[in-house]
Amino acid sequence: MMDALLDGGLALSLPFLAWLVLHTEALSQAVVLFVAMGLMSALAWARLEAPDIALVEAAVGTGLTGALLMHTLSWTEETAPEAHTRATRWVWDILAASALTGVLGWAVLALPADSLGLGPEVTARLADSGVEHPVTAVLLNFRGYDTLLEIAVLLVAALGARAVNPRTERPSLETEDDPLTGELFRMMTPAVLLLAGYLVWVGAHGPGGAFQAGAILAGGGVVAILTTRLGTPRMSSRRVRWALLMGPLLFVAVAVAPLFRGGRLLEFPPHLAGTLIFVVELALTVTITLVLLMFFPGVRPPKVEREGTP
Amino acid sequence: MTLLNVISALFLLAGAGFCLAGTVGVLRFPDVYCRLHALTKVDNLGLGLVVVGLALEAGSWATALKLFLVWFFVLISSAFTCQLIARAALRRGVGAWGGSRES
Repeated sequence: MMDALLDGGLALSLPFLAWLVLHTEALSQAVVLFVAMGLMSALAWARLEAPDIALVEAAVGTGLTGALLMHTLSWTEETAPEAHTRATRWVWDILAASALTGVLGWAVLALPADSLGLGPEVTARLADSGVEHPVTAVLLNFRGYDTLLEIAVLLVAALGARAVNPRTERPSLETEDDPLTGELFRMMTPAVLLLAGYLVWVGAHGPGGAFQAGAILAGGGVVAILTTRLGTPRMSSRRVRWALLMGPLLFVAVAVAPLFRGGRLLEFPPHLAGTLIFVVELALTVTITLVLLMFFPGVRPPKVEREGTP
Repeated sequence: MTLLNVISALFLLAGAGFCLAGTVGVLRFPDVYCRLHALTKVDNLGLGLVVVGLALEAGSWATALKLFLVWFFVLISSAFTCQLIARAALRRGVGAWGGSRES
């Protein structure tokens, strides 16, 4: 009974919050509501027994994205939106949304009724994967290829973020000597490091792994950028480049190594699989942390004079 | 319904009551400093009571300790963020409420 109430409340609050995010007048309110919606969806994932996704949603979807949005908000001059420009295209919006909902609904209904998916197969072969958690087994062993490509995509994304906003290459000098925030950072650092290390290690047995740990570390890094004189990691520095490449390079090395012994790409020898996966996850954590940090610009960009504005 | 259940439920209800009072304060208080006061102090106490109530039901010392750790970190972060928000408001020249209730 209580569960049904909780789930019902969650299910109703998500679309309601989404509607509020789109319909608030003020940008700052929309950002706060977006963060609230992210927290609710993390709770929903937790209730759906998908703790991995809940962790990522809370850390990346809510924490980091919220920080990015807040940061962007401080660069904008908020003006009240013009109501009449918004109210003209809603017919097409409704049509498009209905079409999308229809297609998605049809896709769900077209699924075979009692298909178990690939779950049983993963469970049956779990012993060969070197880890005890099905999600980690799929991500880094059975479908390691996908994760390898994902890391490459993340690298490209970091390059893109730097290309769009190259002015953040200077270390930021906006922070002043502030005992309070520095103290907060000093108190937080050990806890953040411990939690990230635990998440990497626990990935072999339960929900956790490189992405979650990287997101937590990146969150700590954002606090560091905002409160200390570190500045954002600079692409021009050799150390940052090596750290960025550490995950992909190690992963490629581990993937290619079996080819020299007559094996196939990404074929881990079973007795080494657990160790290899752990080492790759550690390296990936470093890369993911830096990539996510690269998205966070440290310095206000210069004011851009738009045409038509005095 | 043992005695432990009853005590735990009382703690949980008290915590929920304090959280509710804090939220009402945030919505009703006149200026940013009063709202921060309600949000941080009252909510921290409410969360603490909820944590005590949950720890009584946790069944193991390890779980109870983790719950108290959660509370500890929330206390730290809320103290810092409260101070930061208040300082930002002061620097922007947001005045404190003078005490005259506008009708």
